[in-house]
Amino acid sequence: MGSLFRSEEMTLCQLFLQTEAAYACVSELGELGLVQFRDLNPDVNAFQRKFVNEVRRCDEMERKLRYLEKEIKKDGIPMLNTGENPEAPQPREMIDLEATFEKLENELREVNHNAEALKRNFLELTELKHILRKTQVFFDEVDQREMYQSAQMTDPSREEEHVTLLGEEGLRAGGQQSLKLGRKMETFCKHPLGTLQLPLHQEGGFHPTESMTRALITDDAIARQPGAGPVQLGFVAGVILRERIPSFERMLWRACRGNVFLRQTEIESALEDPSTGDKVLKSVFIIFFQGDQLKTRVKKICEGFRATLYPCPETPTDRREMAMGVMTRIEDLNTVLGQTQDHRHRVLVAAAKNVKNWFIKVRKIKAIYHTLNLFNLDVTQKCLIAECWVPLPEIESIQLALRRGTERSGSSVPPILNRMETFEAPPTYNRTNKFTVAFQALVDAYGVSSYREVNPTPYTIITFPFLFAVMFGDLGHGFLMFIFAAWMVWKEKPLAAKKTDNEIWNIFFGGRYIVLLMGCFSMYTGLIYNDAFSKSLNIFSSHWRVNYNVTTIQEVADLQLNPSTSDYIGSPYPFGIDPVWQLASNKIVYLNAFKMKISIIFGVLHMLFGVALSYSNHTYFKKPINIYCEFIPQIVFLTFLFFYMVLLMFLKWMIYGPTNPLPTSPACAPSILITFINMVLFKYNVLPLDGCETVFMFGGQAFLQKFLLLVAVICIPWMLLAKPIQIMKKQKKRHELLSNNHVIGENGGAEGVGHMVNANNISHSPPAKPEEEEEELGEMFIHQAIHTIEYVLGSVSHTASYLRLWALSLAHAQLSEVLWTMVLQTGLKSESSVGGVILWAVFAFWAVLTIGILVFMEGLSAFLHTLRLHWVEFQSKFYSGIGYSFTPFSFEIILATASGTGED
Amino acid sequence: MGASLLPVLLVTGFWGVVGVVLPCYLPKGPNRGILQLILMLTAATCWLFWLCCYMAQMNPLIGPKLHNTTILLMAKAWGNAIST
Repeated sequence: MGSLFRSEEMTLCQLFLQTEAAYACVSELGELGLVQFRDLNPDVNAFQRKFVNEVRRCDEMERKLRYLEKEIKKDGIPMLNTGENPEAPQPREMIDLEATFEKLENELREVNHNAEALKRNFLELTELKHILRKTQVFFDEVDQREMYQSAQMTDPSREEEHVTLLGEEGLRAGGQQSLKLGRKMETFCKHPLGTLQLPLHQEGGFHPTESMTRALITDDAIARQPGAGPVQLGFVAGVILRERIPSFERMLWRACRGNVFLRQTEIESALEDPSTGDKVLKSVFIIFFQGDQLKTRVKKICEGFRATLYPCPETPTDRREMAMGVMTRIEDLNTVLGQTQDHRHRVLVAAAKNVKNWFIKVRKIKAIYHTLNLFNLDVTQKCLIAECWVPLPEIESIQLALRRGTERSGSSVPPILNRMETFEAPPTYNRTNKFTVAFQALVDAYGVSSYREVNPTPYTIITFPFLFAVMFGDLGHGFLMFIFAAWMVWKEKPLAAKKTDNEIWNIFFGGRYIVLLMGCFSMYTGLIYNDAFSKSLNIFSSHWRVNYNVTTIQEVADLQLNPSTSDYIGSPYPFGIDPVWQLASNKIVYLNAFKMKISIIFGVLHMLFGVALSYSNHTYFKKPINIYCEFIPQIVFLTFLFFYMVLLMFLKWMIYGPTNPLPTSPACAPSILITFINMVLFKYNVLPLDGCETVFMFGGQAFLQKFLLLVAVICIPWMLLAKPIQIMKKQKKRHELLSNNHVIGENGGAEGVGHMVNANNISHSPPAKPEEEEEELGEMFIHQAIHTIEYVLGSVSHTASYLRLWALSLAHAQLSEVLWTMVLQTGLKSESSVGGVILWAVFAFWAVLTIGILVFMEGLSAFLHTLRLHWVEFQSKFYSGIGYSFTPFSFEIILATASGTGED
Repeated sequence: MGASLLPVLLVTGFWGVVGVVLPCYLPKGPNRGILQLILMLTAATCWLFWLCCYMAQMNPLIGPKLHNTTILLMAKAWGNAIST
């Protein structure tokens, strides 16, 4: 029977599989997902098992597939996910798969390798192109400068003319460059170490850039042979990362003591780094220097900064020719690159169609071999032996699956499934569906139930949302929660298909049915509390009316309606709290009395329910002793003290009325709590209130209470001692019986004197056993003492703990009222057309706070309190929760977890 | 003072149908037991919750304390004419 009330009956089975058929059989079992295999070689390490090689091959295949997937994702090709579930392929197909993947991987790697080489080539050529183009500008500049210099001697105003002569291109590339350089030079001049300051002062009248350049290039030359014409300078050109330029420049300056001249210009378009595929910004530079010593130094620095140097011909014609050659080569490369990319794309598109399918296949194969590794090899090497836990009602379908597997493999010998006897505790298997699974998860989070123990989940399905709703009772907030959950349930399939890593969303989505029920119950309790966003609904019209006349109302600010007059119609509001209380200033006093009482009423009933469930456990496990020695005293204790208090509450509601004569008039109504405390303290000399005859509600109450308390107190030693004493007696009896048998067997029927002698002997002969028993007994006493104390103290503290129902409900109602009066009311009060705008803004604020704080945060807090009430107050009465859960070998689970971790 | 029959009968009847009658007519299936339990528990808790609320108001020991402006508004909105 697939019910949730108790976990499934399990049995340990031994499975004999023909070696050839094992693979197919395990594959069928994996599809079925109802068998949990045990590891039969726990001492063998993972590398020494039988099917290590196969597992390794699967790993290798998986790696290749992951590589393929990565490449596919890189190109943004959509992977076809048909949701189909291919069967695990036969072992011989594995070779085909391997070959396919191998081929694909090699092809892809080759294509990638080629593409990278091509790209590197392309990059080099592009850089060279840029160098040729930019350096051209530098060289042009030098030529012009010579002209310019001579021109400037005569007419400084011709500078502008020159700039226009350079054309727009020149202005942008060359002109700005020189200006920039000029600025840079100025900063260098301010450098205290700069040797430049000297020439600047000497030739102070010149344009700063001009003087600088001259100072740098021809400093030496001028000093040595003034007027001898330009000196032959060496130069290197190259490309460097743009961010390295400043340090590069500084390094050059320091290493060469300012004797080199660096010009640089940025390459506008970003270039692609072939190895990583990132876009990087680079600059072209050219360094002029003199002499070989400086040349080696400069080259070393360039190497250090990872600048790539390119040959640059010295004459303009060579340069032009080279540029032409480079351009044609770039064009050729471009076409080749395009073809390579096309090829890669084709390969990937073809692979993308199958990659999900392949993943499933490979993972299934791997799972099968992992499982086969858990099996034992028979001595004859002809068959594999497995041990597995199996749900008893499913044995038929498992045998069917095994038969299918044998047929598929073509083996003639059928597999054998033997049930085994074992003393081990079987795993707990609760069969859940999509509705109950979330509730089962709540219970399992506390502890997986012991095997065949009463499962609290079915009861939790209703009590959990209900207790939550007692705290969260608000029609409006409940409705918001309800529609959110209803939307999740409505869109279940598309939402479930959209797997995300968002943990918070996954939690909400997983618990959508819990939230749905919580919303429903909150609406109901909200109706009873008559509370919707802190306002009441007046559906049946209030049963209180105002009978004061106008003058009284005008004169007295606060008026209290009197229930004993016609202010109160005589019968209560039919459904929920009368709406008049929402407007009353003594609302909290009134509601507190009500809410505290219902908290205790439902709390005590919840606990009684829990104790009652323990009865079902005791009968199921055939432990009548637990019924007499634990269940009965427990339930008597709880009923006679706390359920009696609940009855008093109902009595108080019925007996004391507003129009009743003296002994039951409102003034004489006793406090239930005080009555209860006095009962426990055995205090009966309490004076009645003024005018009342007695503190009791009914005749004989004092006697009844004394009796109840007495019985409840007797229950404590009953719980404490009865069970250990019973067990002790039983053991003694068994002992005597054993020894008697022993004696008879030994002495062949000798009785009387011999009996006594032998009885003495027996007590000596096995010295270890009685001690052990004594120890066990002592342990049992301690255990029972702890159990009893826990229960007795627990009943008190747990009853008090249920008051959280009242506290949270009060807090929730108050918070929502505060939000209404402090926020929304201010918006409602403003009248003019501006008021509409204000209300719009205020409403938005109110709505955000309502959802964020009242529904989300308060909901979370109420949820946690409810969880505690179930885990501690309810489950402690019957639930041990020391089992371990059934983890079947199932492809479904394996694939789900594999794809989950794969996407992370 | 006390209860009026109609609302008690109606509400009790409604939850009685949900908690006692409906579980008998559920379709057979693997989840029948759970559904029965769900219906019965729902009916029991919801009915008891309503009952507590009803009984708590049956014999009011105190009356609502109202501000006079509230009283006037109540009179206007709820049609409770005030004698002069």
